[in-house]
Amino acid sequence: MAGPDERWAVAIDPAVCIGSGICAATADRYFHLVGGYGEVRESPVAADPLVIDAAESCPVEAILVRHADSGEIVAPTP
Amino acid sequence: MTIVLGALMTVHAYPFRADRLDLDPKYAELRAGEPLSRVQLPFGEEAWLATRYQDVRLVLGDPRFSRAASVGRDEPRHMPQSRVSGMLSMDPPEHTRLRRLIAKAFTARRVEALRPFTLGLADSYVDAMIAKGAPGDLVQDFAEPLPAAVICELLGVPFEDRDRFQVWSEAIISTTSLPPETIVEYYQNLFGYIATLVAKRRAEPEVDDLIGALMRVRDDDDGRLSEQEMVQMIGGLLAAGQETTTSQLPNFFYTLMTFREEWERLVADPALIPGAVEELMRFIPLGVGAAIPRYALEDVAFGDVVVRAGEPVLVSLASANRDPDVFEEPDALNIQRRSNPHIGFGHGAHHCVGAQLARMELQVALTVLTQRLPRLAPAVPPQELTWKSGRLVRALSALPVTW
Repeated sequence: MAGPDERWAVAIDPAVCIGSGICAATADRYFHLVGGYGEVRESPVAADPLVIDAAESCPVEAILVRHADSGEIVAPTP
Repeated sequence: MTIVLGALMTVHAYPFRADRLDLDPKYAELRAGEPLSRVQLPFGEEAWLATRYQDVRLVLGDPRFSRAASVGRDEPRHMPQSRVSGMLSMDPPEHTRLRRLIAKAFTARRVEALRPFTLGLADSYVDAMIAKGAPGDLVQDFAEPLPAAVICELLGVPFEDRDRFQVWSEAIISTTSLPPETIVEYYQNLFGYIATLVAKRRAEPEVDDLIGALMRVRDDDDGRLSEQEMVQMIGGLLAAGQETTTSQLPNFFYTLMTFREEWERLVADPALIPGAVEELMRFIPLGVGAAIPRYALEDVAFGDVVVRAGEPVLVSLASANRDPDVFEEPDALNIQRRSNPHIGFGHGAHHCVGAQLARMELQVALTVLTQRLPRLAPAVPPQELTWKSGRLVRALSALPVTW
């Protein structure tokens, strides 16, 4: 599990997003809808399982979460 | 500014008329003049009804509106019995815990992997129709088996059992088509069947379907999923995975027959099919009326109307999808519509989990029907078609066709 100082880079692919609104409803702190489509409020962020919840709940897997340092993918899992 | 409270407003009897696939003009009137109106469903307490696109999206996406708060309330509803509790009666983060577990099986990527299987099935049903000869019934010969077989494959439910679970599945969309005690009985049968199936599957937990995936989560025993939750989720997905697409597919064809030139364009250019599916989802009011109210957790203003904390709000997806502020010529079917942010699959935390699956199935169905049966046409005049009644979603009882 993520350490206390771990930072994650969070991005939404606008070409993939369908604007379902699930990310904003799941993790309002990190995501909001702009013009009907999902956007991250800020990145990188301190590691928080809620960000993974949003990424894993996205129906088109438009949200990519990586370790800010290593670039290693945190979510979505294959 | 004048503040309008619900108690002072005229209450409209709801649902409005839902003949065939027509959208009652009342929605357009309210959208223009009374976008948050008061309605009374046949059962439960009075509610607000939102009819504008922006308001509907706000209610569905804003955490100030809750499904969990409906528990214990006399929810506005179309049927005497209360809804079976489950994911639809939860809010994030509780809802997220369960949603995440199933969302993975329904992502665009996973669904895409089922496309060849779905294409093969659709082809085989058309083969059977051709072998039997016209007229066929698009409902019984095609729209019923296709979604059932696909959801069975995804979940890991034996399709051979279809004659049993397809009957019970009616319980999830029935309002008055079944007596209340039969709905209870069908739910029990459905969940009992799934519980038995899960028990049998314990011997082979490694199989890569949703039942297998949920069993692995369950057996990790980290408190993420109870046995009852698992059974209810699988039963709910099995039923919802059939009833909706099975209803919508003939609705699609019926609508394309009304706008026959659009059908001809799909025959000539299959690349138009994905856009056509989106447009048909926007255009067709699948539900007979708004259902599943959200409860305000605090006072929320919509213009000069204030929804008070604790009041339920219904949202009309069909009305939102015809909002002229968002869609050009909203009452026209235009399969090449450029901007189409419809909310036919809902919005927010409860956005249809099967949306990508339904899209794929509907795309495959239109592809196979337009390519293999380009002259497909109803075998009877439209006024002779019969529509099911006493259900939450609109559907044809049968759709006799020739080709």
